[in-house]
Amino acid sequence: MANRSIPATFFREEIAGARAGVIRLLTRRRSTIAFLMCLPLILLIVGLVLYPGLYAIYLSLLNKRMTQFVGLGNFTFLLRRSTFRLVIFQSCLFAITAVFAKAVIGFTLAHLMHNLPAKNQRVWRGLLLIPWVIPLAISTLGWWWLFDPSYSAFNWVLSGVGLPEVAWLGDANWARFCMILVNTWWGTPFFMIMYLAALKSVSEHLYESAAIDGANAWQKMRYITLPMLRNIISITVLFSLIVTFANFDIVRILTNGGPQDQTHIFATYAFQVGIQSGDIPLGASVSLFMLPILAVASFFILRGVTRRSKETI
Amino acid sequence: MRTKGNGISRRDVLKLGAAAAAAAALPLVHVRTSRAAGKLSVGFWDHWVPAGNAAMKKQVAAWAKKNKVEVTDDYITSIGNKIIMTASAEAQAKAGHDILAFDTWNIGNNADNLEPVDDVINALEKKYGKINPVSEYLAKVKGRWIGVPSSSGSQYKPSCARISFFKAQGLDVQAMYPAKPEHTALSDQWTWDTMLKYAGPAQKANLPFALGLGQTTDNVDWVGALFRSFGAELVDAKGNITVKSDPVKQALEYMMKLAKFLPDDVYSYDDASNNRALIAGKTALIFNPPSSWAVAKRDNPSVAADCWTFPTPAGPKGRFVPHLPYFWGIWSFSKNKSAAKDLLTFLMQREQVEERDIAVDGYDIPPFLSMSDFKIWSEVEPPRGTVFNYPVRPFHNATPSISAYPAPRDIAVQIYNRATITTLVAKMTKGGQSMDQALSWAQDELEGFTRG
Repeated sequence: MANRSIPATFFREEIAGARAGVIRLLTRRRSTIAFLMCLPLILLIVGLVLYPGLYAIYLSLLNKRMTQFVGLGNFTFLLRRSTFRLVIFQSCLFAITAVFAKAVIGFTLAHLMHNLPAKNQRVWRGLLLIPWVIPLAISTLGWWWLFDPSYSAFNWVLSGVGLPEVAWLGDANWARFCMILVNTWWGTPFFMIMYLAALKSVSEHLYESAAIDGANAWQKMRYITLPMLRNIISITVLFSLIVTFANFDIVRILTNGGPQDQTHIFATYAFQVGIQSGDIPLGASVSLFMLPILAVASFFILRGVTRRSKETI
Repeated sequence: MRTKGNGISRRDVLKLGAAAAAAAALPLVHVRTSRAAGKLSVGFWDHWVPAGNAAMKKQVAAWAKKNKVEVTDDYITSIGNKIIMTASAEAQAKAGHDILAFDTWNIGNNADNLEPVDDVINALEKKYGKINPVSEYLAKVKGRWIGVPSSSGSQYKPSCARISFFKAQGLDVQAMYPAKPEHTALSDQWTWDTMLKYAGPAQKANLPFALGLGQTTDNVDWVGALFRSFGAELVDAKGNITVKSDPVKQALEYMMKLAKFLPDDVYSYDDASNNRALIAGKTALIFNPPSSWAVAKRDNPSVAADCWTFPTPAGPKGRFVPHLPYFWGIWSFSKNKSAAKDLLTFLMQREQVEERDIAVDGYDIPPFLSMSDFKIWSEVEPPRGTVFNYPVRPFHNATPSISAYPAPRDIAVQIYNRATITTLVAKMTKGGQSMDQALSWAQDELEGFTRG
């Protein structure tokens, strides 16, 4: 039996038909639509986070003129500089102290709020959120005016009651205190609102049972509240640690790293070295120094969270 | 099976999403591209004095009309270092304006991406004389000019003193530097040691000299001029670290004496702190351009009427006045370099420079000594002649100076921006370190700056 020849167009039509079918199938899938809806955000993250991060890593491996690959030369150079070691110390001091203060004050405020009647809670919650809602640069400018050498309101009050004026931003220790104070003022509402939400999820029955067993307020805190809030405490501390380590606005506006580099942190030092002094690879290296510190902290904190989550299951 | 509900199918959603994505081509960073022949885009510095921008626009429009070039002019602020970051972004992208304003050190930072402008400079120098040495130090790289010194934004930071305070102490600053082209014998006595004599009485009178020792330019500039007047160089012209030399030690010894009479918070001064101290009537002397006097005219007229501007004190090696020039650079990727050079040549003609300076009440400083005789500096008041001696004039026997000079520029920019000089002083005067400790710290810092 002789074979009939199959027209060439047959296969093209079949392939085209199959392709159209696949496309139709894909466009009908929810996962495709979901992906396309997330695409703008993915592009933003790739363009504004991933690409700059990878480019910064590339830059940090170059020499000052960006003509030669020097490997980890920039990093070893930085570690040999006493000023940079001071920057590491100050960044850790700033981050750890501020985060601790924010957590303690936020926790205390959350408790106080939790025990207020519901109607009053709303008002206080709104008022206490204000520091976090105002753009940080603007509120820091306000604080800067309060510390200003010529027009400080704090010094005006001090001199009004017969006390000596303080060089708030001119003395290294006071300048560090001011930075931590402003960061704590700004960041505490975030902790407060997270802990308040977590407190509301703790069952009242637990407290009632503890009360029946004769537990006092401190014991309820220690054996019920803290364990129930442990994960949220860990996560808020980690999040705040990352944000505080990378802070730029407060130091830049209040002290610009002074006096005598005693308030420089990674971000401000990177800007001064990289952009202002024209050594972009070194600036990139400074900013990347945060990565291992934060990676180690994230690892241990998240490991604890994961373990506790598994235990509760 | 079609989903019912709101009647919108998944296919409709997909189509909508695709259309939205196409429409939302986000211009997250607007990097202008250079224009083809017949077009030019310029990024000028956004002047502190708003009238300065208007004067520039008018001149640019006149040139554009005459030469039939389509010019787009932007005015970019230096607040938050925006103009520096714009330059960095355009240099990385190799796209942007044709001409951009560069501040003092940024012109050198971008030398590799700028078009040589020796032809423009040679023509201007032939007509108006030599450009001041600070501009040459900053913008002449490997023997070639890479930027045209602009008057717009360029400034000196001479003394601005309260007439009444010094008169009460027996020093008539108006007679020392009168508002006429005349050198006085009294002006030769205006030295750092003389200034020190009045620092104590100023402190007692609650008008301490607001001379900052912070990390910003106003602080770094005056201390740099002081160091230069002692012959003190942290790094010499060949790049050798000379921080432990005798002139540096002498300058530091002087600062130890002066610092006792300065306010406690000078270590936290930024660029506006001394301005505010003057305007508030809390100081008898600052080193600043007339911007603080100009604001005092509005906010505290009695203080403004009591201000007199004149050069900085002299030291054993001469009188040096802090100078911060601005530059206009043409990117090497510009597609209209000839028009760019023509425009810059036009803008730096005396008529144009003077017209712009009048608009800003004499704030701008031309790069040529031959242009230090504009009438505006004699006319603004009160008091009349208050800024006559603001520009460095031939009879002042003064030299424009930049902090960290004469170190090689790529080292000097780090010394300047890292505020090494003021930090060195502060470590002794506030940090309690001995001179040897402070100098060892500085040596360590400077060794870092010399890396390749």
